[in-house]
Amino acid sequence: MNSPLFIALDVNHGTLPAANGANYFENLFVSVFGYSTAGTVLGAGLAMFLACLAVFGFVNVFALFAVWLERKVSAHMQCRLGPMEVGPHGVLQTIADGVKLTVKEDIIPKVADKPLFIIAPAIVFAGTFIRFVPLPFSQYATAADLNLGLFFIASVGSVEVLGVIMAGWSSNNKWSLLGTIRTATQMVSYEIPIGIAFVTVAVSAGSLSLNEIVGQQEGWFFNWFVFRNPFLMTVSIVYLIAALAECKRSPFDLPEAESELVSGFHTEYSGIRFALFFLAEYAAMYIVSAVAVVIFLGGWWSGIPAIDQIGMGQGASTFEVVLGILIKAHVLIGKAIGIVFVQMWIRWTLPRVRLDQMMYLCWKVLLPISLVCLVGSAMWDLAMGAFADSNEYFLFFIPK
Amino acid sequence: MPATDDIRTEEMLLNMGPQHPSTHGVFRVVIRTDGEMILETESHIGYLHRCFEKIAENVSYLQVVPYTDRMDYLAAMINNLGFAEGVEKLMQLEVPERAQYIRIIVCELNRIASHLLAFGTYGMDLGAITPFLHAFRDREKLLKIFEKICGQRLNYSYVRIGGVAFDITEEMLRDIEDFCNYFEPEVLDEFDRLLSYNGIFIARTANVGVIPKEMAIDFGLTGPNLRGSGVKRDLRKDEPYCIYDRFTFDVPVGSGENGTTGDCWDRYMVRIREMRQSINIVRQALAAVPDGSFIDKKASKTVKPPKGEVYHKVEGARGELGFHIVSDGTAIPYRVKTRGPSFCNISILDSMTQDGGVMLADVVAIIGSLDIVMGEVDR
Repeated sequence: MNSPLFIALDVNHGTLPAANGANYFENLFVSVFGYSTAGTVLGAGLAMFLACLAVFGFVNVFALFAVWLERKVSAHMQCRLGPMEVGPHGVLQTIADGVKLTVKEDIIPKVADKPLFIIAPAIVFAGTFIRFVPLPFSQYATAADLNLGLFFIASVGSVEVLGVIMAGWSSNNKWSLLGTIRTATQMVSYEIPIGIAFVTVAVSAGSLSLNEIVGQQEGWFFNWFVFRNPFLMTVSIVYLIAALAECKRSPFDLPEAESELVSGFHTEYSGIRFALFFLAEYAAMYIVSAVAVVIFLGGWWSGIPAIDQIGMGQGASTFEVVLGILIKAHVLIGKAIGIVFVQMWIRWTLPRVRLDQMMYLCWKVLLPISLVCLVGSAMWDLAMGAFADSNEYFLFFIPK
Repeated sequence: MPATDDIRTEEMLLNMGPQHPSTHGVFRVVIRTDGEMILETESHIGYLHRCFEKIAENVSYLQVVPYTDRMDYLAAMINNLGFAEGVEKLMQLEVPERAQYIRIIVCELNRIASHLLAFGTYGMDLGAITPFLHAFRDREKLLKIFEKICGQRLNYSYVRIGGVAFDITEEMLRDIEDFCNYFEPEVLDEFDRLLSYNGIFIARTANVGVIPKEMAIDFGLTGPNLRGSGVKRDLRKDEPYCIYDRFTFDVPVGSGENGTTGDCWDRYMVRIREMRQSINIVRQALAAVPDGSFIDKKASKTVKPPKGEVYHKVEGARGELGFHIVSDGTAIPYRVKTRGPSFCNISILDSMTQDGGVMLADVVAIIGSLDIVMGEVDR
């Protein structure tokens, strides 16, 4: 049963980290404060609440930062300065805009399907937000370390499509409808290469738990999954391209193609409801980037063992443990922001593809490549002696 | 029973414009779509009609000049030139040499400014926003030069009957030379790297919106749109006006480098290559600006052409701009009829989309590649 394929398919068999003998319930809701001993329902409930609060806070702060970053990145690529007035270098601009959005008049079109129109942004936001649950922010800092983490992220992500379709349909606007059709085709199609990329990683890692996957990439940076074999490297690029489409980012921003569809599915939205779509977009950007970091780029490991070992030893003091966790959090979030930056970089450089070209890329390019990578990666691992101690090997399992 | 019989599909009538980001002004296209596919388009114009021709019958010749600014407001210098030269032809007026050279310089710079905007907005139509701002950065430099020359950034009224409104100083000539050295070749090469040869850009524009040679001639297309279809026709070369016969320059035409001759990419590329040629002309003109008067003093005060009529056409940034001026011997024109290139160019749109196979995103690409200015379509 140690074959990687068996482990990948038998999802319940996925290894859970030994969390101080905690029960299943606790495993599900262990807080961001690590594996607390609170075994009671109250404790777990409180931990869950705090975890939600922390993640929610993170999403908001990140969105504020990312919107500002996007403006600055675009501005500097376009020979301008971007926001400069509110705060030093305009850092508070997004807050000002957020305040503006919340106090703006909330317009619901007369002919709109009111209940659907109201609930749609909430569903989109919740669909994005819930994906943060199994996502590690550092070692011991996961809202809930699900043993099905990767599967969970892929599956609940589809809820977002539902919200987008509701938004576009209920707006009763022809441009929104076109945007909705585009969104549905695009997001549903690109989930497949993403799913296969996930399976490829799961086959190599033998687990769907994100913490477990990161755990296997410890050590020097060539232990990261992206360097594990050429197929994983290829599939990581497939994942990044598909993730751009999944986030509706340029060059796949057809759902909200400004020059064609005015604003796509959220044309009729204003004020706080629009802000929710906006927030969800930036949260989704972080999610796909953080998942890429976790499954391909070594997660919280900096790639230099000396740094990673801080606070890891048996006799580590509390200060060292906390310092270690903080360093790892910075590493993980820093890498994720690096990928977010790449997404912005691409957005402000490339034109937009056409619908048929987008579908061609998904079904005739990315899907075959990812399938080849899935088989190739499993074969490679088997041939090279999978699950041997990866520290014995240099790049691509070439012995040191 | 096939499963598709259960699904009720219907065509949708989509109203694109008059307020739409990609119609380049108040232009309205009613599109009959089957999903993303276009079945038929119907253009509606007239939202910007300001009765230029009727107004021209009520004001003096000198007062018509500012109204011509507002037609093709992106290349106002060339509009001024077309009207002024028409009246001069009617009066058989000799324009001072210096004014001729200044006219050439400002018109070619204005053509660059106009093509820069066409380049930028075309990128934006296809979803690339950065080229737009890069183009505006350089257009701003040109507008600053124009502001120095005539105090205006858009509606210049600089080319007057009998010459130009103000003299051009050494400092301004130096500014223009600096711009030429800055712009060509570095910036234009950068544009090519950024957009022209970008894979996605080529995929979006090559083989899209093909106008065959015959069709282009049938519809009376002129300017870069006609040249994009491979017809080597440029009034500056074929029927030289002003002093264009003194300069050497090429006329770039589309050759189907990345697809079919006459596709959107060809039309786009003709504009990029024309900018190089315009810089070339400006450089030659700068080297030869003579001293002397910049306007015929008498013509700047009273314009009273003899009875008669004249048709004068110039190569505008968008094609042949013609003025048919009829004079009854008074200081007020009897009739001014304009042939606006944008008006003729946009008339081809409905025929381009009727064959099917055009997607919604392609309509945006086609309208952008035709580079229309609604101020000139409606006048």
